[in-house]
Amino acid sequence: MKYIKVLLNGIIKENPTFVLLLGMCPTLGTTSSAFNGMSMGLATMAVLIVSNFLISLIKQLIPDMVRIPSYIVVIASLVTVLQMLIKAYAPEVDKSLGLFIPLIVVNCIILGRAEAFAAKNNPVASIFDGLGIGLGFTIALTCLGAVRELLGTGAVFGQTLWGENYGMLMFVLAPGAFLVLGYLIVVFNKIFKKA
Amino acid sequence: MKKLKSSLTNMLSVLTVIAVVAGAVLAYVNSVTAPQIEKINAENLAAGIKAVMGSDDIQVSDPQDIDGYTVYTVTAGDNNLGQAIVTVDKNGFGGPLKVLVGFDTEGTILGYTVLEHAETPGLGAKAGDWFQKDGKGCIIGMNPGKCNFTVSKDGGDIDAITASTITSRAFLRSVKSAYDNIVAKGDGVSAATPQVMNEND
Repeated sequence: MKYIKVLLNGIIKENPTFVLLLGMCPTLGTTSSAFNGMSMGLATMAVLIVSNFLISLIKQLIPDMVRIPSYIVVIASLVTVLQMLIKAYAPEVDKSLGLFIPLIVVNCIILGRAEAFAAKNNPVASIFDGLGIGLGFTIALTCLGAVRELLGTGAVFGQTLWGENYGMLMFVLAPGAFLVLGYLIVVFNKIFKKA
Repeated sequence: MKKLKSSLTNMLSVLTVIAVVAGAVLAYVNSVTAPQIEKINAENLAAGIKAVMGSDDIQVSDPQDIDGYTVYTVTAGDNNLGQAIVTVDKNGFGGPLKVLVGFDTEGTILGYTVLEHAETPGLGAKAGDWFQKDGKGCIIGMNPGKCNFTVSKDGGDIDAITASTITSRAFLRSVKSAYDNIVAKGDGVSAATPQVMNEND
């Protein structure tokens, strides 16, 4: 029961994108299509779950004054491992996201959760927190990517709904990212935030 | 268990252990994935060369580095089919534009593929399709030495990508420079006399 709560907390109450507004750089940069957004979300989630788990395991062994550098080394190693795996086994993802994968290291969501949750809770709860926050992030990025792709090119996940001629290119470019994100935050908070 | 104190020895040893473990893990994963990554790159290149030469049944020479261009000589049996050249133009709209282009022995363009680019999605990024056979600015079958190989805005024969003249220029420059520097000079390639190019080129 407690774990379910931790999970939902990440998806809704503390949704990293729509509520905490963390990790805006990958959010705006990678969501030019639903697939890109989802891949970035899943990659971040994978790192987040493992980093949360590891940091929670070793939290007692790390002296307070060097905890940030320790966390960063753990996170950076995980991201590098992930990058190598993606390059080797998912070249398609590497093609569209290659540039952004190393940036997961400095994604403040991951260090933020290590500091705020994993360093204070047991490993199992930390995994659920990583899963919840990761899912929240993935869902947010997929929604954002889907809306941008639909408005920009008339397709979702590469499936054309109406012709590309009716697409508004602006939504695939940077200004569209800000606009769509703004409106999605409004919609999200309208639905979930209690007055 | 109590948390370790932040004494100098503790901090040093913990950071060292973490760094060593991280290094070991990375080295291991790298040793596992490196051959696979190598294989994928080689496959991509081989598929690219086949695509730009318009033929599956080919032998490709080892890459030669000539004046900064990577040149593959392509043969089928005893026939010299031409060359596949990796060429780069630094002045794309978003950064360098790296193109693999195939020429036959006469210098006619057989095909091309964009290897790397940083062009605007929806605009310049269309370069991968635009200049292909079914595209609006088809360059397949053209010979850069025998026609005015620039965009129509500059008085050339090729339609630029809509709203992406800079990308189009960079793309055509990269192909043209591969032709000028490699194909036109190369052995066994009869270079046609280039026409006078427009001054805006």
